[in-house]
Parts: sequence; structure tokens; C-alpha cells
Amino acid sequence: MPSERLAKRIIACLDVDAGRVVKGVQFQQLRYAGDPAELALAHASAGADEIVLLDITATAEARKTLVETVRRAAKDLFVPFTVGGGVRTLEDAARIFDAGADKVSINSAALANPALIAEIAGRFGSQAVSVAIDARRGAEPVETAEVFVSGGRTATGKKALQWAREAEERGAGEILLTSMDRDGTGAGFDCELTSAIASSVLIPVIASGGAGNAQHFVEVFSAGRADAALAASIFHFGTHAVADLKQTLLRAGIPMRWSC
Amino acid sequence: MIAIVDYGAGNISSVKKALEHLGADAQGTSDPAVIAAAEKIIMPGVGHFSRCQLLNEQLRIPVLSAIKSRKPFLGICVGMQWLFDGSTEAPGTPGAALFSGECSRFPASVKSPHVGWNQLEVRPGSLLLKGVNSGAFVYYTHSYRAPVIDETTACTNYGDAFSAAVERGNIFGVQFHPEKSAEAGLKILENFCAL
Repeated sequence: MPSERLAKRIIACLDVDAGRVVKGVQFQQLRYAGDPAELALAHASAGADEIVLLDITATAEARKTLVETVRRAAKDLFVPFTVGGGVRTLEDAARIFDAGADKVSINSAALANPALIAEIAGRFGSQAVSVAIDARRGAEPVETAEVFVSGGRTATGKKALQWAREAEERGAGEILLTSMDRDGTGAGFDCELTSAIASSVLIPVIASGGAGNAQHFVEVFSAGRADAALAASIFHFGTHAVADLKQTLLRAGIPMRWSC
Repeated sequence: MIAIVDYGAGNISSVKKALEHLGADAQGTSDPAVIAAAEKIIMPGVGHFSRCQLLNEQLRIPVLSAIKSRKPFLGICVGMQWLFDGSTEAPGTPGAALFSGECSRFPASVKSPHVGWNQLEVRPGSLLLKGVNSGAFVYYTHSYRAPVIDETTACTNYGDAFSAAVERGNIFGVQFHPEKSAEAGLKILENFCAL
């Protein structure tokens, strides 16, 4: 009998700079890891439930996401595909969708112009709009977590919890929450912050930042109440095959899509 | 040629891409003449059921006459919900009433929208789902769902059981997104192309 539980999603993230997949440590010291189209397909075949392509330097360098990279990566990809970085207007989003993406992830542009969320959702549906929140709290309580933009370089003064609720009200279909404190450290997700956000919105919350081992995923799906978890470097460098990760999660009682 | 009905409700490029991957000749269109000339019709749809109002105003007659002429028709997501009488999401917008029942929101006991991979419980005899087994995972993203009826060929449980797929003669509908459901989804689109 099929279970009644919706599977938790494992999302492979490709951080792309000038058409190359890279992964930084706390947004610095970028390392080369491969071709986006090849890696997207490889992750999907290995069992990733979803692919996210983030043009990580787009905001800082005022560069538009490479539509051609998206088109190439989307061509033979038949799992949900999200693209972020440099999406500032409805027209930018339309070009990304036309290139084959299913969702756009907006971050700085949504903070600068919150009406953009409703604009894209109104034309393409809420399911197509993921609002990315980069939050930092140091050792302070989750309520104080602050939203950052420009690849983590600029503080906004906005509280992450409040902004997540506002994004949902404006029509976001998902929240992609990145802990700036944990990103690239491999020290585990910020489960406390993820849980606080997941409890305050009805839309799915994707946890990101800090994945280092399989146990971190178990924790973020249980204590962290995440609907999905995203990681980049641990997949690219082959530290964990997605299949191995999923088996560990299944053994821990976390519902997973499993076709093997 | 497979016509992908484009009535301004969302993105049709993913469906087109999947059909082309399978070697099918697919064309997005809002032109009644193209719909009339097509061998098969796919109608995607995302977002609010009220978007079907546009469809009703502009393309209801050509789409219904194509269905009546026994061309294979596949509605996806809101495109499947449109095949029913209507939806509580937009009470003023009628569906095609080809299947009886009204679409409604998930019960309050579960988080809504229902987004992600969930499992099918397949009933025997479906042409569309041939080769797809119970337990297969497919990708969903929706807040409203169609009831389980006699013509339901697969159910998914989320809060309660809803119609994942319906089928009668040349009319097919799936609530999930086959174009985003990896191998299981491609198998379903392949079955549709082979009809």
C-alpha cells in the first residue's frame, strides 16, 4: 500500500559562475566543479528529486542569468528545475521559463520590489515562484535572524521570519532558506531556524546551508521540519551519492522517493 | 501533431520539451484551427481555477469538439480539474463536466499546497498508466484536487484519497505533472503519444 506521506525532497544545487558550476565556502573562495548541464543530468539520474541552478554572482556583478546555460541544462531534465540569480523582472522570469525552468528563485529583487512575487505568481502561478532567503543570526535566537542580500554581503534589516510570512502572503510557492552561518561549513543545517520558518508558513520550506553528512539531513527533516533539503558540494565532489543518502534517510524513517 | 493548448495559464515549455524528447511533434497553440488539425491534444494548466475562464471564453468550443471527435485528450493539473463540473476554488467558472464531481481544497489536517513527490495507487486496465506500477512516485504541486470517481485510474493519498488520474475512452486527465515525474512521467507521456 502506498504510504500517505509525501516524500521529503533531496535537492541538488548547482552554483553557477560564468557557465561553470562552483561551490564556495560561506560565499567566498569559489571552487570549480563542472558543467551545469552534465551535473544536472547526473544528479537527476542518481536520484535527486529536484535541481536548483543558482547564478551566484549575478547580483554582485549585475549580470543576467545565462539563459543558454538554463536551456542546455533543462533539455533532458524531467524533474523540477529551479533557476535563481539575476531574476529582477517579470520579463527575466519569462525568459527563464521559456528556456525550460519550472520555477524561478528570487532573492534581492523580491526584497527591493516585493510586488514582483505577485507579478510572477499572477502570470506563471505560485508554484513557479520560490523566494530565497539568506539569513544570519550568529549565536542569537532565531527571532533575530536577519535577511542578507547580494550574496550575503548586504544586511537588509528585515527579520527572516517576518519576510517568509510576507513572501507567502504575496504569493510565493516555496521558501528556500539558506543559513549564512552554516553555508559551506558542513556543520549541519540550522534546524532551529528552519523549524521556526516552517512552522510560520504553510508553503514548503527548503533548508539549505551546512549539509555535511547524511545525519544532517535526518535532523533537518525531523527536528528542522523541512519539506526539502538542498546541498551542493557534497554531491558534486562525490562525498555522498544521492542514492546512499536516500537509503540512510529511509532507514531513519524519513519518506523518500525511491525507484530502485 | 500534438497540440499543447496555451490559454495563458502558465508555462507550456516543459510539456513541449518532454514530448520532443520522446520524438513527438508538439506545438503550443491558442489557435482553434491548429487544435482542429491536431491528432492529439494536451492541456496543461497551473494556478487558480479561475484561469479556466479564459479557456472557456476563447477555446472551450474547439477543445470540446476535438474531444467529441474522439481525439486523444490529456488534461494536466488544472487541465484535468477542468474536465470535472467545476471547483470550489472558483465557483463561477464552469468545467467541461465530462467527469462528474467538483474539485475542492485539501482537508485542514494536511499542509496545503501539496508539493513534491507522492505515490500512485494504480487501478488495473488503464491505457495511460500501462507499465506504471502502484507505488510509483510522481510530482505534484496543487492545493485543490478532484474526487475519486468510477473513472479514476489512480489515486494518491494526502489527507484523504483523491484522483491522481482519470480516464474514459479518449479522455485522460492527470493531477500530477508527468513532464516533471522522471521515468514514470515519461512512460505516461509515451503511452499517450502511442494512443
